[in-house]
Amino acid sequence: MNLRIATSAFNGILVREFLRFVQQRSRFLSALVRPLLWLLVFAAGFRAALGIAIIEPYETYITYEVYIAPGLCCMILLFNGMQGSLAMVYDREMGSMKVLLVSPLPRPFLLVAKMTATSLISLVQVYAFLIIALAVDVTPPLLGYLTVLPALFLVALLLSAIGLFLSTQIKQLENFAGVMNFVIFPMFFLSSALYPLWKMQESSELLYWICLFNPFTHAVELVRHALYASLNLEALGWTLVALAVALSAGILSFKPSRAAG
Amino acid sequence: MTDAVLKVFDVEFSYAKRKALCGASLELLPGKVTMLLGPNGAGKSTLFGLLTGLLDLQRGEIHFEARSLQESRASLLLQLGVVFQQSTLDLDLTVEQNLRYHAALRGMSSAEAGNRIREELERFALIEQAKDSVRSLNGGHRRRVELARALLHRPKVLLLDEPTVGLDAHTRQRLAETVRQRCVDSDVAVLWATHLMDEIEDEDQIYLLHKGSIEFSGKAAELKQHAGTDTLVSAFNKLTQFEEVRV
Repeated sequence: MNLRIATSAFNGILVREFLRFVQQRSRFLSALVRPLLWLLVFAAGFRAALGIAIIEPYETYITYEVYIAPGLCCMILLFNGMQGSLAMVYDREMGSMKVLLVSPLPRPFLLVAKMTATSLISLVQVYAFLIIALAVDVTPPLLGYLTVLPALFLVALLLSAIGLFLSTQIKQLENFAGVMNFVIFPMFFLSSALYPLWKMQESSELLYWICLFNPFTHAVELVRHALYASLNLEALGWTLVALAVALSAGILSFKPSRAAG
Repeated sequence: MTDAVLKVFDVEFSYAKRKALCGASLELLPGKVTMLLGPNGAGKSTLFGLLTGLLDLQRGEIHFEARSLQESRASLLLQLGVVFQQSTLDLDLTVEQNLRYHAALRGMSSAEAGNRIREELERFALIEQAKDSVRSLNGGHRRRVELARALLHRPKVLLLDEPTVGLDAHTRQRLAETVRQRCVDSDVAVLWATHLMDEIEDEDQIYLLHKGSIEFSGKAAELKQHAGTDTLVSAFNKLTQFEEVRV
């Protein structure tokens, strides 16, 4: 692979994704409104009902808003990952995917470059959310804003890779609604994003085990710890394994012939 | 005699049980326009899919500059300009942004891309549309943008899959003139798939593809002689058993 062409192609893909992002301001707003509703409305209601004991990485009792903030960061990444999947299907149906596929670079590189570009753009939205969250006393240490960056990037890549795999399984744009019902909601609700796993275990042992095997749970925990400048090695390991599996599945199941028609 | 820049030998391709290409062979010469004729479903787009690497070769060989496609995939794609039958422009980007994206995927520096984009936009009379969103352009302008993009990196091979479909006669003629001029000036080997006979000129090499096989190869006069007809349209209809509808 020619390094000069690869660098230039990556820059081109990143610029294209950025231009599409800034031209779709409603996408940016909806990406922010969704977690903010959870933070400002849902969390306010649940604060009284759900007590949070002292758990790692927090050093003291925390409000429910503080607890769900990392999960909501991951929610932004989750929706963006699925949005990326939708964009892949759209590009394939509209023909613009061909432009990428007939460029003189290996296909796995092109797919990873596209995922990396959408992941980097997702990070802008997460940081915008974290800044707004300061208004409801979600105030992680300053160092946390830095240490959470690689964790967020890793999680964004994982969710983009899952999105890539899904895009290979979706035949038409119309089928995308199913992704909402069968992927996004189960992944989000069956995780530690909204409640600690021990709370879930108190209610249902089965659901607890499902949550434990959900890669999104480990992604949320990785971000939760990183936001407070600590490293959860177990969550990192799970996230890396899930990324490797999702990426391999996405790349192997990607059929350029589906873009040829 | 000039060596062919691209050679296709005995290529076969099937979609599940349906055979789309059965032993098709052709070659493209630099500075020459090669017309690929065929009715809908003849296998033209499948051949384009194979040449662009979107489809995997099942049987036969494709050679680019005397190297097999497996060895030379990256160099072929670097030297290939393509206009697909279906538009592949990003509607949300401007004309210039679409061209810059293409240039980046071919490894062009920003300055080099800027110069070439200006040149191509001038050549295709698109300078005034440079900052317009592609979505706001009409069909003729969009096709010109696609051609400008396909030629931006100065390819050695230009593949055109029915590039004038849906355009008015005047626009079609102007596009054809521009492509032919560029073919000669820059020594580009052009493969032009069409079923519009008026796009063919006497000196063009013609391949007639029908039901996945090359039914004829030669010049326009030879095609008429081969079919025993007076016009190219009649020859095409006869060889592809197309029933002319008389109104």
